[in-house]
Amino acid sequence: MGFSSSAPSGLHLTCEVLVLGGGPAGTWAAFQAARTGARVVLADKGFCGTSGATAPSGTSIWYVEPDPKLRAAAIVSREALGGFLADRAWSARVLETTHAALHELGARGYPFPVDGAGNPIRVSLQGPEYMRLMRKLAKGAGVRILDHSPALELLVDEAGAVAGARGIRRQQGDGWQVDAGAVVIATGGCAFLSRALGCTALTGDGHLMAAEAGADFSGMEFSNAYAIAADFASVTKTLFFKWATFTDEAGEVIPGAASNGGRSVIARHLQKGRVFARLDRADAAMQANMRAAQPNFFLPFDRMGIDPFTDRFPITLHLEGTVRGTGGLRIVDETCATRVPGLYAAGDAATRELICGGFTGGGSHNAAWAVSSGRWAGRAAADFGRRVPNGRVRRGAGTAGLRDAGARPFDPAEAARTVVGEVHPFARNYFRTEEGLTRSLDRLDSQWARLSASAPADGTNVLRAREAAAMTAVARWMYRSALARTESRGMHRRIDHAAADPAQRHLLTAAGLAEVSVAQRPAAALAADAVETRAGEGIAA
Amino acid sequence: MIELISAARCTGCNICVAACPTNVFAPSLSGPPVIARQADCQTCFMCELYCPEDALYVAPTAGAPLGLASEADAPLPLGTYRAAIGWTPATAANRSVDAMHAVLSAK
Ligand SMILES: Cc1cc2nc3c(=O)[nH]c(=O)nc-3n(C[C@H](O)[C@H](O)[C@H](O)COP(=O)(O)OP(=O)(O)OC[C@H]3O[C@@H](n4cnc5c(N)ncnc54)[C@H](O)[C@@H]3O)c2cc1C
Ligand code: SF4
Ligand code: SF4
Repeated sequence: MGFSSSAPSGLHLTCEVLVLGGGPAGTWAAFQAARTGARVVLADKGFCGTSGATAPSGTSIWYVEPDPKLRAAAIVSREALGGFLADRAWSARVLETTHAALHELGARGYPFPVDGAGNPIRVSLQGPEYMRLMRKLAKGAGVRILDHSPALELLVDEAGAVAGARGIRRQQGDGWQVDAGAVVIATGGCAFLSRALGCTALTGDGHLMAAEAGADFSGMEFSNAYAIAADFASVTKTLFFKWATFTDEAGEVIPGAASNGGRSVIARHLQKGRVFARLDRADAAMQANMRAAQPNFFLPFDRMGIDPFTDRFPITLHLEGTVRGTGGLRIVDETCATRVPGLYAAGDAATRELICGGFTGGGSHNAAWAVSSGRWAGRAAADFGRRVPNGRVRRGAGTAGLRDAGARPFDPAEAARTVVGEVHPFARNYFRTEEGLTRSLDRLDSQWARLSASAPADGTNVLRAREAAAMTAVARWMYRSALARTESRGMHRRIDHAAADPAQRHLLTAAGLAEVSVAQRPAAALAADAVETRAGEGIAA
Repeated sequence: MIELISAARCTGCNICVAACPTNVFAPSLSGPPVIARQADCQTCFMCELYCPEDALYVAPTAGAPLGLASEADAPLPLGTYRAAIGWTPATAANRSVDAMHAVLSAK
């Protein structure tokens, strides 16, 4: 295959650990790796500190005091919601590591609120504050941060181990290459260019790069998270809609509509017409708490002159894809290694089934996973990166959009529109059927064939081309997995298989680019005190 | 969506050019940066937080700007979000105000 690089290398660096993505997972990974003495480079598509799903928002986080009873209850309480696919041992590890990390954050200056007795309350983090501090901590530990420097492809050595990456510097107009001992993929989930807050950069780039180097995925059927927002706004906070009354155009209450356990009713109504909400079930004290919990939720309302507690406003559901889904790169051991030597995955880019099965519900698990997996992956990547020999010969592993495989480049905007058209509609992704999934896969498969048989994109288009290719690939892993799971479990909901099937309490691995294959793996053994899924149970949305 | 940069307030420090995660702004040699790629704006309000002069206004609408001619037309004064999260000297106490625990524990 002829190699064609996107841009001349303006910057060439060498280090032990390269982290791709500077959200919570990436910054924790970089911080942790640098603290072992490793040289660490972190490259972010946007600005490390403002980019990604956490930075602009408020985040609740799975923090439980180390009382064995409380910890066990926290783990067990979520099992049914996740379709009994989570693993108790992994959940316990995440609670332990997240607890330690949040105490460390406080010690390093995070301004946690305090209770009446002056004790810090650590169950939530304000995104701007949190990520500004994480950037500072990473820099302070010696991490070299490359902002506005999206990675386009991984580099592999002769043996197939991952050995660095290449990308562009979009504010300098040139390229970068980092020769590394190991790479951590922390590029977040894939939200398919929906308007959900902070999701624009999250197009599955890391998923594609990792797959090109040989990595595979788990739980990609759990990829249809939709969140409630005012229809004009980007800010999603489904939690606050617990206090909403949902009405139709005429002002009639919609029976069964609710933020949790009735979101599908909202989706059904949105297919026919507008849906309105009013947060009229929050009393004055709760209204004040909500404002103090999440100032950004109120920005769009205040600026539009809408009082969400007394005025009816139109709502929509924004697709959050795998960001608040649970599928991602498959982890093969407790260091968050993928099946490719030298390649680690953390945060939303990795599967979160290990701690929440097929459903994340009101969040907090994903934030805890980002912290914990980031810390583990960073440390392990540093160990690996220090051990690899010098002088390896590297080549780019990238495919569609980068390699000279056809006469003309493809149109990135058109390719992106095609994917969006297959994954945003409720009729396809929320309410899944064999017929709909198959039809989408026909289009997505032929799009992949077309993209991978094109000429390389030129410098100004290469990022958008890679994003479109990545979204195409992610959608294919999603829908092949969704087709293979002929039941409803976690957030995955099949109209033609509406009940959970106890025989399908397994995990699904998806792999491949030219051909996508799906295989079953056993889930962790069901604990004696867990209740096996009955028909319809575990379908939370 | 990013709506305007107040020329009267902006000092041309270019912090927003670096801080915007979707690379919406381009620096200009003299004066305020330009909103060069408005359609790429993800309506995340982060530029407002990082601007030390409260010179930016992000319209609440994610699909399109409101079409305001100048900051005088903005429905609220510039800088309200930065003040709310405690990133101005006068409001620093707000940094540790977070009632999410009360929202989460409500039945
Ligand atoms: C509105 C909203 C609210 C949420 N609330 C909660 C909550 O309350 N509790 C909870 O647990 N979870 C919540 N989540 C989920 C949570 O935000 C994520 O789990 C978390 O951000 C994951 O961290 P991350 O570091 O893996 O990814 P992100 O924070 O998304 O960061 C990914 C980073 O990768 C970068 N990147 C992408 N592509 C490339 C590339 N090609 N090269 C280099 N860099 C790249 C991006 O610029 C970004 O900085 C919420 C999500 C949303 C959207
Ligand atoms: S951050 Fe504010 S003051 Fe600085 S250039 Fe941008 S708009 Fe102007
Ligand atoms: S709102 Fe966000 S994306 Fe838009 S210009 Fe400001 S920082 Fe950039």
